[in-house]
Amino acid sequence: MSGSSNDQSTFDGGYNYAYLDEQTKRMIRRAILKAVAIPGYQVPFGGREMPLPYGWGTGGIQVTAAIVGRDDTLKVIDQGADDTTNAVSIRRFFARVADVATTTRTADATIVQTRHRVPETSLREGQILVFQVPIPEPLRTLEPREVETRTLHALAEYGVMQVSLYESVARHGRIAKSYNYPVLVDGRYMMSPSPIPKFDNPKLDRSPALQIYGAGREKRIYAVPPYTSVKSLDFDDHPFEIERWTGCCALCGSSESFLDEMIVDDAGSRLFVCSDTDYCGSRTAATEPAS
Amino acid sequence: MYVAVKGGEAAIAGSLDLLADKRRGDRTVPEISLAQIDGQLTLAVDRVMTEGSCYDRELAALAVKQARGDLVEAIFLLRAYRTTLPRFGASVPIDTGQMIVERRISATFKDVPGGQSLGPSFDYTHRLLDFSLAVEADRPAAPVDPDATAQPMAHVGAILEREGILEAPPAAREPGDLTREPLDLPADRSVRLQNLARGDEGFLLALGYSTQRGYGNNHPFVGEIRHGPVPVSFIPEELGFAIEIAEIDVTECDMVNQFAGSRDVPPQFTRGYGLAFGHAERKAMSMALVDRALRARELAESATSPAQDEEFVLSHSDNVEASGFVQHLKLPHYVDFQSELVVVRALRAEVESRAAPPALDRAAE
Repeated sequence: MSGSSNDQSTFDGGYNYAYLDEQTKRMIRRAILKAVAIPGYQVPFGGREMPLPYGWGTGGIQVTAAIVGRDDTLKVIDQGADDTTNAVSIRRFFARVADVATTTRTADATIVQTRHRVPETSLREGQILVFQVPIPEPLRTLEPREVETRTLHALAEYGVMQVSLYESVARHGRIAKSYNYPVLVDGRYMMSPSPIPKFDNPKLDRSPALQIYGAGREKRIYAVPPYTSVKSLDFDDHPFEIERWTGCCALCGSSESFLDEMIVDDAGSRLFVCSDTDYCGSRTAATEPAS
Repeated sequence: MYVAVKGGEAAIAGSLDLLADKRRGDRTVPEISLAQIDGQLTLAVDRVMTEGSCYDRELAALAVKQARGDLVEAIFLLRAYRTTLPRFGASVPIDTGQMIVERRISATFKDVPGGQSLGPSFDYTHRLLDFSLAVEADRPAAPVDPDATAQPMAHVGAILEREGILEAPPAAREPGDLTREPLDLPADRSVRLQNLARGDEGFLLALGYSTQRGYGNNHPFVGEIRHGPVPVSFIPEELGFAIEIAEIDVTECDMVNQFAGSRDVPPQFTRGYGLAFGHAERKAMSMALVDRALRARELAESATSPAQDEEFVLSHSDNVEASGFVQHLKLPHYVDFQSELVVVRALRAEVESRAAPPALDRAAE
């Protein structure tokens, strides 16, 4: 499963390279540049219809289409895995329209497009992590109106989120928010890290890789440049903390990674395995010769 | 087992094969042709062109066929094709006054200059299943009225405008374009109209209906509905003058609504506007009702109903966006769900550990 894979998708020259026309790509690149210049700020962009449905990664796909080139190596994951249906579909799409090499190995990729996870393997300088974002506005569940939330961002008026977290503490004794956990970028803009589990939030902080977030339906792009501070919101007496499991991965034995729970029989027996298939697979491969 | 729960190349390929097979259906029945869809499921093609924002009957018919008759899916296919087309420029705005009307009715006057022309419509049918259609047969052509004149007709609204009792259309200015620029709120009326024209017919129908049932009522009258072909002109840069490049069928609705007026403005009728490709009166009327409802702020009316809420309406009207996002719930969400499981279990464990012995509780009561 590791290494460059041939997705049985052959390059289709019937469309412009990477599907989008060059003017659209330029427009998206301009939005990305602005997003990088103002970390965490949601830049509106003229999002296009893509041949994949809204909510299935059109924002991330447009970002990737705007930055990908023939010398890139692309990795696509969903839920941390390379072989989930949507990841397969998007990887095949780019193999078909962008003639790009694809890989499942995090270390080999120049662009990693992801939904719901950040790879366990640390990213390095030069790599770009592209997130698929359903709702870019972190305040949306608290304030449904764009006109209002735009003003709140302009004034850096984020009290409403702190109150929401406080209410969670008052009700549950802790911050009971598990994913899409709000962060403050570079001490200025509140940002949705996309629905990654809060387990992944610390990986965003001062990451050597560039993070670009694309929201297709909502037509917003935002970014976190390399080595930028990304702080998960919390309180002094209720510091941010990540999920912990009592066990370890049943395949590779990792106790450091995000574990998926699988029900393996009708009696409801549980098995825990790494959600990051590349991380898990390379650990298994490394230990096998020794055993 | 671990691999078995994941999707894979082979599984997807199998699914695609099954879809293609289902699309073809019973092999003993002849395959449906694009000409049949275009010619006999005309209104389906019209809707796909309107909400797909692309006037091409053949492509729309292809989309309907590929989508197995699922029109929202067909609209999606056409949109995804349209978005790849290079843009040479914009046409001159069409002049619906130049339309050779196939149908033209007004509910505001018994008769109007040019006359009421009923044209083809379900309106005057009894909705009784016509069993004679169940079998193939030669169908006679409709008789042609030898006195019919193919003359452009003036708009009914123009008559009221002259009296000053109906507001004039807004002055022409450069319209926005949602397919190039993201929605910016509050939105310009041109952008709102574009959004509604592309918007889901069912959504707009329900919103328009809600205004009639008291949620933002504005007392509408159908000033005029007209349907027929209009010429499309384009000014190539190198020529500098307009040339006619096409003819398209459209349906236009000019809805006339009450307006109480204010201390400074005498009472005057206001307008809501609807326009759709092909023959689509329900869509054009719904669009006109919602357009008028969204003008509440501009006309200093209180805006308390859903149909008057610009952000709510414009953000949820697009069925390609809505269908995609609703159906994305089918994608795996197990990482987030796992994250929730960990938190909920921890919370439950805390509650259980805090719980006082139940026997004591009962004794206290």
